[in-house]
Amino acid sequence: MVAVLALLFVQSITDWLKEAVEWVPLAALFGALLVFLAPAGSQDMFYGSYHIDSLSQFFKGIVFIGLAVCAANAMRVPNLGKANKADYFFFMFMSAFGLLLLSSAVELFTIYISMELASFSLYILLPFRNNDQRAVEAAVKYVLFGAVASAIGLYGISYILAAQHTSYISELLTMDWSFAHQPMALIGLALFLLAFLYKIALFPFHFWAPDVYQGASNETAAFAATLPKLGAIVVMVRLMAFQPGPEVITILAVFAAVSMTLGNLTALIQSDVKRLLGYSSVAHAGFVVMALAAGGAHGLASAAYYALVYMVMNLTIFWVITRISHAGENVALTDLQGLHSRSPLLAFVLAVSAFALVGLPPTAGFIGKLFVLNSAWDAGQYWLVIIAVLNTALAIFYYLNLVRHAYTLDQSTPAKIALSPIGASMAILLAVGVLYLGIVPQNIYAFLVQASMGIIS
Amino acid sequence: MLTSGFPLLSTLIFFPLLGAGILFFLRSDTAVRVFTLAVGLIECLLAVPMAVGFDTSTARFQMVEKAEWIQSWNISYFLGIDGISVLMVLLSVFLLPICVLCSWKYIGRRVKEFHFCLLLMTTACIGVFTSLDFVLFYIFWEAMLVPMYLLIAVWGGPKRRYASLKFFIYTLAGSTLFLAAIVALFINTGTFSIPELMEHSYSFRFQFWTFLAMALAFAIKVPMYPFHTWLPAAHVEAPTAGSVLLASILLKMGAYGFLRFCLPITPAASHFFAPLMIGMGILSIIVGSLLALGQSDMKKLIAYSSVAHMGFVTLGIFVFAFRGVEGAIMHMLNHGIITGALFLLVGLIYERSHSRELAENLGVSRYLPSFTGFLLLFSMAAFGFPGTNGFFSKLLVLLGVFEVSTPVGVVFIVGLLLGLAYLLRLLLNVGWGTPTKAAAWKDMSFREWVYLVPLGVLVIYLGVAPGKALSFLGPSIDNLLDNFQAQKELRIETASTPSAQFRAQDGAYLPLSFAGEDTRPIGQHMHAASLHLPSFQDAEPDVRRVAWLPERTSSIPAPVRMSEE
Repeated sequence: MVAVLALLFVQSITDWLKEAVEWVPLAALFGALLVFLAPAGSQDMFYGSYHIDSLSQFFKGIVFIGLAVCAANAMRVPNLGKANKADYFFFMFMSAFGLLLLSSAVELFTIYISMELASFSLYILLPFRNNDQRAVEAAVKYVLFGAVASAIGLYGISYILAAQHTSYISELLTMDWSFAHQPMALIGLALFLLAFLYKIALFPFHFWAPDVYQGASNETAAFAATLPKLGAIVVMVRLMAFQPGPEVITILAVFAAVSMTLGNLTALIQSDVKRLLGYSSVAHAGFVVMALAAGGAHGLASAAYYALVYMVMNLTIFWVITRISHAGENVALTDLQGLHSRSPLLAFVLAVSAFALVGLPPTAGFIGKLFVLNSAWDAGQYWLVIIAVLNTALAIFYYLNLVRHAYTLDQSTPAKIALSPIGASMAILLAVGVLYLGIVPQNIYAFLVQASMGIIS
Repeated sequence: MLTSGFPLLSTLIFFPLLGAGILFFLRSDTAVRVFTLAVGLIECLLAVPMAVGFDTSTARFQMVEKAEWIQSWNISYFLGIDGISVLMVLLSVFLLPICVLCSWKYIGRRVKEFHFCLLLMTTACIGVFTSLDFVLFYIFWEAMLVPMYLLIAVWGGPKRRYASLKFFIYTLAGSTLFLAAIVALFINTGTFSIPELMEHSYSFRFQFWTFLAMALAFAIKVPMYPFHTWLPAAHVEAPTAGSVLLASILLKMGAYGFLRFCLPITPAASHFFAPLMIGMGILSIIVGSLLALGQSDMKKLIAYSSVAHMGFVTLGIFVFAFRGVEGAIMHMLNHGIITGALFLLVGLIYERSHSRELAENLGVSRYLPSFTGFLLLFSMAAFGFPGTNGFFSKLLVLLGVFEVSTPVGVVFIVGLLLGLAYLLRLLLNVGWGTPTKAAAWKDMSFREWVYLVPLGVLVIYLGVAPGKALSFLGPSIDNLLDNFQAQKELRIETASTPSAQFRAQDGAYLPLSFAGEDTRPIGQHMHAASLHLPSFQDAEPDVRRVAWLPERTSSIPAPVRMSEE
């Protein structure tokens, strides 16, 4: 498995010298195929710091799929010099490689290193936008915030290590995580979690998200908005299997609630679509953390399912945005006007993804939310559920606004949007994916419940 | 439960969806119209075996289809109909061809999308009325919003954006709390199956909050005063077909929700909140009628009259008397037919005068005699002229209300008189005012005859011979009230049944405390509440029996409960 991964990246490096990059998404798809075909079962590697189980395989699979979509999306980044093209994909793959490691890492330092690998590649990837000051600003912001967050995470590890005398998750699982007995360990865990809360842009670490989304080119934003979050979520799923004391859970729950509300309220007034999505991702992070805070096999499985749903929804909407965007410029709400006549297909796909992001049935967003709400209510967090559903009502306005602009307002000079056959079929495929995850979630969800049970016990 | 071999209900639900898919491949506008009409007519034919095959002697859910869907959360694909839903399904199916016909000329642009939305709406509506699984129900319930939103937002009047957004946000805001209630019910019982949920009993606190969450969604949908403000805006801006669908089907879903969920699942809370709901029902009647009286826009007038009409329905439901509930359901059906027809008439005259102002459409009787005839018929039905369907259902509700409380009944009659006032104003102005422009208009075309005649026939038929429709309802209502009587006196200590999957701790469902410790029986809550209507204060202090809740009046033997199968 790992050997194949390494091979893929060696190829990626050699490709540096070449111009032809069309094979890149296919390679990613091939990786996904390998993950799904690889024999299931659990296996330890590298002195027990690398663990292959069904959860890690699931996340690897979706990272590969997401990578394939992102790479296909980035095939013709308009404002990227020819010479940079191969570098761009190299760093994208490098970052994804970090995420792959992250989904299997079961030792705190390994997690840390994998995370840094993923982040550093992303730091380089972000400013790949020719002659745009905002891109540089975004990258600097991301680097500074990221460095602080990972430093805090490292600091947290030191506390955990000092209190529990091990950095292996399998051993940590058996330890006591109550505040009464292990206050230091719990504080350490909280600090360590902060590093990942930063990654998924949860309040109060969300400041980078809108700026980075806005600053990075559309294609890069599609990548930065989705895949790194998956890596953070898988680690958080593993950490929450500790069943830490109520102190950490409460902090997470409060963060989740504030995050949802704040994200939605701020998104209401955005006019740049990517900025809007940035704030909406803050709200979605709240949803994932809500499921994590619920804990238990169902809670963790819903968090993982929501992560998948979130990735697919966002990739879909970003796919549409990159198609609409004129010469790689940011898309404003007004640019969506008259989309129904300029490209009925894109308008439809946009509507599907927007309604999914609201959580309207029968899309994936609804089922994902339903799972999360179920597990949160089951864990007794009634107030959080109420806040979450009120937030859904709050979120309607700006998501609906996207659809409204696309369908009901007309542009004075409607110009048809030229869609390549691949662009069109990918859009359809992604929309079908959103609907599929909403209508037949059973198999994937059952698999995830099994996987979560595996890591809890 | 009676299972049919052929998945009739699924066919009914998904046939329009299939049609919507095929629509994509049609090129010309006329082809789209003809095709949708054909789908609508075939759908009507498909509904015939459902109506004929329906067994009117039992209250059980019939033509049940059940399949596993999401096992991890015990969600299933579960369909079935009882007497209440069969009428609503028939109404939804019946209106589809009418909607196509009335938009034939009116909709000139983006014709394909328009009919796509119509078909999608039909699918969602039938889905709502036949779902027996809460998640499935919620999916259809929400799925309906999207096409309705588009119908208003794309083909609506000048203020369509405002109206459609308001409609969407209002209804979805209510529905999200409804979703929380669904989740709460599920965690409490471990099932999403509606018949199973009806069998459980819940603690009063739980019912209290669940009822509130569900009732808010339904009250917005009904719409009940003071949640009605989205309705006039949406109605006025929507195209004719949209108005018809909105008035005839969407508004019914709120009342249907009360009947299907609030009464059976949270009987004690329904009971507790009944004075509030009755009060809001009365307010809806009075306020709706007064507002209708003051309108100069014909569509607005009818929209506000819908608020009043649906007030009658709420009233009928929450008196918990057999006649009242029967009348309420019949009035749901009748209001669907009558108000739908009135909107069609307004649309019809709008196509001629391009104005919905009363002042612009005066005195058409001489020039449009057949139009005036239909207007006369449907207005009479709307204010409840004997011999029309409106009379009959209002009479039933009135009987139910008087059984329970004379003062409420008197207020009810005041509401009826107000209804007479605004409808006469409409009728006299439009029919026999001083004509301004009417001379230039043509009377109804063949197409317009085609879609109005069936509605007219139904108005008369249901007014003269309502027995057939009522025969669908008897056992279902009986069962409903039976369950209700059995469950309303609630044992507070009742433990919920924990599912194997979810160990929910009893009593832990409601973190917020309600009125101190809950050890009193339900009756005392009622007396402690300040929501009394005058007659309720006369209730005996006996906590086991509440005076204003009548004994069951029907002589139909108690139906077999589902648990005995």
